[in-house]
Amino acid sequence: MNTQSNAVPESPLDPQAIAPAAMSATRPMYWSLRREFWENRSIYIAPLAAAAVYLFGFLISLFWVPRSMRGMAAHGPMPPVIVLAMPYSHAAMLLTLTAFLVGIFYSLDALHGERRDRSILFWKSLPVSDLTTVLSKASIPLVVLPLLAFAITVTLQLIMLLLNTAVLLMSHASTATLWAPPLFEMELVLLYALIVLALWHAPIYCWFLLVSGWARRATFLWAVLPPLAIAVFEKIAFRTSYLESMLHDRLFGFTAAAFDLKDKNGVPIDAHFIPLTQLAARRFLSSPGLWLGLIVAAACLVAAVRLRRYQRPI
Amino acid sequence: MACIEARGLRKAFDKTIALDGVNLRIKEGRIVGLIGPNGAGKTTALNAILGLTSFQGELRVLGRDPWSERDRLMRDVCFIADVAVLPRWIKVSQALDYVAGVHPRFDRAKAEGFLAKTDIGSASKVRELSKGMVTQLHLALVMAIDAKLLVLDEPTLGLDILYRKQFYDSLLNDYFDRSRTIVVTTHQVEDVQHVLTDLMFINRGRIVLDCSMEEFESRYLEVTVHPERVAAARALKPIYERQVFGRSILLFDLKLERVDRQQLAALGDLRTPSITDLFVALLGDKPGNKAGEAQGVVK
Repeated sequence: MNTQSNAVPESPLDPQAIAPAAMSATRPMYWSLRREFWENRSIYIAPLAAAAVYLFGFLISLFWVPRSMRGMAAHGPMPPVIVLAMPYSHAAMLLTLTAFLVGIFYSLDALHGERRDRSILFWKSLPVSDLTTVLSKASIPLVVLPLLAFAITVTLQLIMLLLNTAVLLMSHASTATLWAPPLFEMELVLLYALIVLALWHAPIYCWFLLVSGWARRATFLWAVLPPLAIAVFEKIAFRTSYLESMLHDRLFGFTAAAFDLKDKNGVPIDAHFIPLTQLAARRFLSSPGLWLGLIVAAACLVAAVRLRRYQRPI
Repeated sequence: MACIEARGLRKAFDKTIALDGVNLRIKEGRIVGLIGPNGAGKTTALNAILGLTSFQGELRVLGRDPWSERDRLMRDVCFIADVAVLPRWIKVSQALDYVAGVHPRFDRAKAEGFLAKTDIGSASKVRELSKGMVTQLHLALVMAIDAKLLVLDEPTLGLDILYRKQFYDSLLNDYFDRSRTIVVTTHQVEDVQHVLTDLMFINRGRIVLDCSMEEFESRYLEVTVHPERVAAARALKPIYERQVFGRSILLFDLKLERVDRQQLAALGDLRTPSITDLFVALLGDKPGNKAGEAQGVVK
């Protein structure tokens, strides 16, 4: 009894004793991510701004909704579900593109900025390993931005749905039969697409991250020009275009790898609304392109970690 | 256990040799000044100690190899490498949050206490602070970490004399407690003369002087010689001679020349030289003065 009553009040008062134990491996990771948000506010401001612009445009477009609903009732050229899904899927595409662009520019600066402003000397004076730092930076385009894009898109689409409903109710439109797109299904497909994109584009982000830790200046040129130059060289010297098609495949190949682009009747599906039945997760996970890309991504990260050990302010 | 122990520490860049077989041993609880001309290898030596650069030879800091265990070592070692390395975008409150988040030995209340004595607001960003305030902030962060070794590389460069004085005062009064070790490099030698417990001169990648301040005071003596006794004084082989207002000032190494105080007192007025004077004597640009080898001051 005595030992117990002693132990309880003492331990919280003795930070020296408990702090090193409580400092788990995840804490430096968590704070490194916080640091990235402080330093690169574009991570969340850019998607939010894109969403705001889109929402504003959508608001104005609502004036036309009752009319277009009537037009749809009169059997437009497209299936009604596509017409309904279109503004929502455009919102998703816009945010996905925004996240991609933010990720690219973030990666190009991630390991360059801290050397440029000499703050690498401050970061390295703290007990955070190079591995933790590089992983925290890599997880921004690979994990954080896709999740953020998903959350913002879902929120945006829900707001759009509410506004759309309100306008329809106010205009006393008699088209209450079919006014909402299959939003739940669309969100699931969006989540799938964002994961696919992050995995497929991982080598691009990680390569850019590596270049940002290596190049002294002009990170964008160092990241982009050498592959292009080699592709051009290949074309001129050997009249082949293997590298060119590889680069093209790395940018856009995820569609063919991860989706069935034709339905079971052989009719091409419309990108504005991809039903769940068209997801080809198993094929995607077994495609060599995915795994080769991930190996390249991992190699770039390992190199970036090694490199950061040696790096000094520039 | 020595806090820092180096044997045959070497580091070569493309064509220059920055460290040329450095041997040193810094004991716990000392304040060591590492003094040397530009390009002498000071920063390289500190970088090796901090795990910021690879090296050849043997180096243990608190019993660890700094190059392979930097992140582990940084729990017990703090450094201010160069001025103004705090990221300019960071807010004071964020800097406190971050260090508190990643450092197990950071005492946030202590740092806030230090900052309360300054004009630094917790909402300001580093870019809005003056150079002196940035140094104050960095020092507040570092002093609130319960570290065993603090390394300062030119911590007061570009600061005015008030900030410099304040910097070393708070270091001595609020931080140093005889169980900690501080290594500092600076060109503002006069600022640290009364702060240091140990003195090291480094030149061309080698340690050319390594002594405690007590040893320094008992070993080196400066004599302002009476004009008529200059010849006699020179016969005692001073290690350096300079002229001030027409008077000759001779610097003697008592250990080297086997002269004693009384002998010198007869020649003129005695005083302990400043570190600067000894620095010029040992490393100054004069013929035949090669890294202090002529004086044989290497331990």
